[in-house]
Amino acid sequence: MKQDRARKPRIGLFVTCVVDLMRPSVGFAAVKLLENAGCTVEVPEQTCCGQPTYNSGDRATTRSIAERTITEFRGYDYVVAPSGSCAAMIKAHYPELFADDPNWLPRANELAARTFELTSFLVDVLGVTRVDATFDGAVTYHDSCSGLRELGVRSQPRKLLASVEGLTLVEMEESDVCCGFGGTFAVKYSEISGAIVEAKAKHVVAAGAPTLLAGDLGCLLNMAGKLSRDGEPVRVRHVAEILAGMTDDPPIGVAKEAQRTGKEAAR
Amino acid sequence: MSARDDILGAIRHSLGVSGKETIRRQIVSDRLAHAPKGVIPKRGQVSGEALLALFKVQAEAALATVTEVASAAEVPQSIAHFLRDHNLPASLRMGDDRRLQAMPWNDTALDIAHGPSAGDDLNAVSHALGAVAETGSLVMVSGSENPSTLNFLPDNHIIVVSAKDVAGDYESVWAKVRLTFGKGGMPRTVNWITGPSRSGDIEQTMLLGAHGPRRLHVVVVKE
Amino acid sequence: MSVHSTSPDFKKNAARALGDAQLQKALGNVKQGFIDKREKATQKLPEFEALRDSARDIKNHTLQHLDLYLEAYEQKVRASGGHVHFARHAEEARDIILSICKEAGARTVTKGKSMIAEEIGINEHLETHGITPVETDLGEYIIQLRHEMPSHIIAPAVHLNATQVEQDFRRVHTHLDAKRDLSEPVQLLTEARGVLRERFLAADVGITGANFLVAETGTSVIVTNEGNGDLTQILPKTHIVLASIEKLVPTLEDVSQILRVLARSATGQEISVYTTFSTGPRHLGDSDGPENYHVVLLDNGRSAMLGTSFEEMLRCIRCGACMNHCPVYHAVGGHAYGWVYPGPMGAVLTPTLIGIDQAGHLPNASTFCGRCESVCPVKIPLPKLMRHWREREFERHLTPATVRSGLGLWGFFAKRPALYRLATGIAIRAMGFAGRRKGRFQWLPLAGGWTRNRDLPAPQGETFQARWRREHKRRAA
Repeated sequence: MKQDRARKPRIGLFVTCVVDLMRPSVGFAAVKLLENAGCTVEVPEQTCCGQPTYNSGDRATTRSIAERTITEFRGYDYVVAPSGSCAAMIKAHYPELFADDPNWLPRANELAARTFELTSFLVDVLGVTRVDATFDGAVTYHDSCSGLRELGVRSQPRKLLASVEGLTLVEMEESDVCCGFGGTFAVKYSEISGAIVEAKAKHVVAAGAPTLLAGDLGCLLNMAGKLSRDGEPVRVRHVAEILAGMTDDPPIGVAKEAQRTGKEAAR
Repeated sequence: MSARDDILGAIRHSLGVSGKETIRRQIVSDRLAHAPKGVIPKRGQVSGEALLALFKVQAEAALATVTEVASAAEVPQSIAHFLRDHNLPASLRMGDDRRLQAMPWNDTALDIAHGPSAGDDLNAVSHALGAVAETGSLVMVSGSENPSTLNFLPDNHIIVVSAKDVAGDYESVWAKVRLTFGKGGMPRTVNWITGPSRSGDIEQTMLLGAHGPRRLHVVVVKE
Repeated sequence: MSVHSTSPDFKKNAARALGDAQLQKALGNVKQGFIDKREKATQKLPEFEALRDSARDIKNHTLQHLDLYLEAYEQKVRASGGHVHFARHAEEARDIILSICKEAGARTVTKGKSMIAEEIGINEHLETHGITPVETDLGEYIIQLRHEMPSHIIAPAVHLNATQVEQDFRRVHTHLDAKRDLSEPVQLLTEARGVLRERFLAADVGITGANFLVAETGTSVIVTNEGNGDLTQILPKTHIVLASIEKLVPTLEDVSQILRVLARSATGQEISVYTTFSTGPRHLGDSDGPENYHVVLLDNGRSAMLGTSFEEMLRCIRCGACMNHCPVYHAVGGHAYGWVYPGPMGAVLTPTLIGIDQAGHLPNASTFCGRCESVCPVKIPLPKLMRHWREREFERHLTPATVRSGLGLWGFFAKRPALYRLATGIAIRAMGFAGRRKGRFQWLPLAGGWTRNRDLPAPQGETFQARWRREHKRRAA
């Protein structure tokens, strides 16, 4: 840890609304990873980064949401999100959103500069090279689009996964191709989204690893939903859960009960 | 208002310009006059044998065949061999290119026809203005010397190029075209030809011999 | 608008495409045929990224000075003995072409592949006036026989398989032996070559598009692999070039820069087989080539795109890489988009040409995965431009009411953290409780769009923020 001798970096965790609502354990895994890396983590009151309204063409609402985020996350050394998509919204799109607003643009740029996706923050900013976790078995990793193409998140999660004891990474075909989630797209164009995630599920299954990981919960819900609908016994988790060694909660889409009795695979 | 004036007016309106700005006009006339070069791949920036070797590799990668002869006098024999080796008839059409005319065709049994093709020739030979090693492309210019129809109608097209005319990049070829035709001047047609005709339109499978030549054979004259 | 559009029926078109087993198989060829080859070709050229920037800059520069480059180009074409015609819209372009054909006494016209010709619907117009247009690009020829639109801008018949082509050839080429063997694709190619060779030699006028127009020399540039574009333009007495105004580039050096990224992005070739630079009619002393050379320059809404965010779309060089890499295109193919231009570039361009009220689905039917932008040789920010269309739809209240009210509700809570906390706390607790047995929902009220095609994993039951604050209170105490 580079910054140990000075003071601990103070992180504002942008937990993302999907994690907040659907899978808090991802948020706690992120907290653990950041704390283990020598950071202090705080969670300011927050809602959503505004991407759903932004991608639906509602700029005005998005701006009010963004203004709130900018205000709430003032003063932290870094803002970290366990999501490439939400981090990219803040990092790449807030500056676009305020491009014509001389009052807010500097603040948007300032927030953008200190906002990071979780694994790239750990590797690129903190210089973390290994995590203290064990996982018994093979995993395959899906590169979520925003993180991959807007933030260049590709090697960082793999680097960290390589340090997990007992874990082997099996690459699937076309890991860099969209899973068909696309936020509201999955609902507005359900059939097309269904076809895209079907192709993705085939690659996941073909990889042969019993566990699928990714860095974005939206994509994970989509892929987990498809795999369970098809009766495929692949366990699906956010990469942070594995890196933090926090796998006590059942995988995505699996009930606590089922996990306890070992029935999660029997669908 | 004419369509021309309307369109130019609409463009100027959208760009917020009048078209009379001295600076804009200067920028445009400078660029047209000086034709600045952009990014030129290092790949072609070699000379001598390395350049010829690159040309050969690239042309063959595009599925052309390439042979080298020591002098222009050897070209007719080399072409006669090529035709015989591929069981092709001993006939050949060409334009009135002086370099081709000067070659000893009488040393071969080839039946030579002259002038543009009307679509019923199996074999034709043309002389290239030059070639580009970067991609293995031949550069042809139209004219009665090397009629453009010879580049496309025959089944088998043979192109003769002098080793000294093989350049590393496209930009060198444009320099040569300007030298020949004057700055801003062009022959009716310049053809860059890279391999034989092909199509991938049926199930995205590449097949040779679509509408143009099924074979492209290049003879490099080294002298 | 000229060609009939089914873009408003995008969802219906897409559903049909998804259920078409033959089409789905053919679409597999897009992935196999293009993506790896492009990747290999770009890897082989270390300067590829620098050339993308160079190509982008050249197009931007040209667009900023388009009026002046058009004037310079026009002057050069005239000086070389050619004619330049300006057309404000599709109808004007059709009329100009028809009158040139009539003047030439044309009965048949051969055509090189041209998306602008599709855009203005020239074939129907010529047919109506007793002139037979013959498409000569193999893919275009096949779809002309089937009375279809291209489903891809560089591979027009990519939606078909060889058996379908065989059936069409047997149906149309009735002068050939009915017992001939056409079981191999190469036999189909050879048959088309034979049939079209006669058409090339008989044509009175040849119409080609242009990949580029060079201002420095008054030159039109076409790029083909088949050689059909060349036979189209050198054999008939009259050559007509049909091009939109944004095809201009300043110089031969500039066009050489862009050519270095075009074929690599399109087919993964280092360069196409035939790159042809044509300047005016045949010169004195030439023994072949056309006697008349006309250029029809089409605006059709492009001048209005300049100075707007959609100006960037005018950089497009029609390589098709965006659709080759698009998961939505892979799923539904080109015809679902309902008009001439499919895929991501079509999703941006089509609304400018036929109206956002007609083409509203297209910029919405994207996951914004960004793969198109990452492979675009001139770096057009396609997702951003699609988002701009969504913004315009939202402003004009064209966004569907259900989406609008759903988002409105979400936006309402997202702006009010206290209410958000309260409402989500209750909802998530309820959902978590309902889903505790199975861990997922196979159906949920109001979530039909999601659960039709996949399960919805159940939430863990308490929000992160609620649990965090609870645990922190405890930690602090």
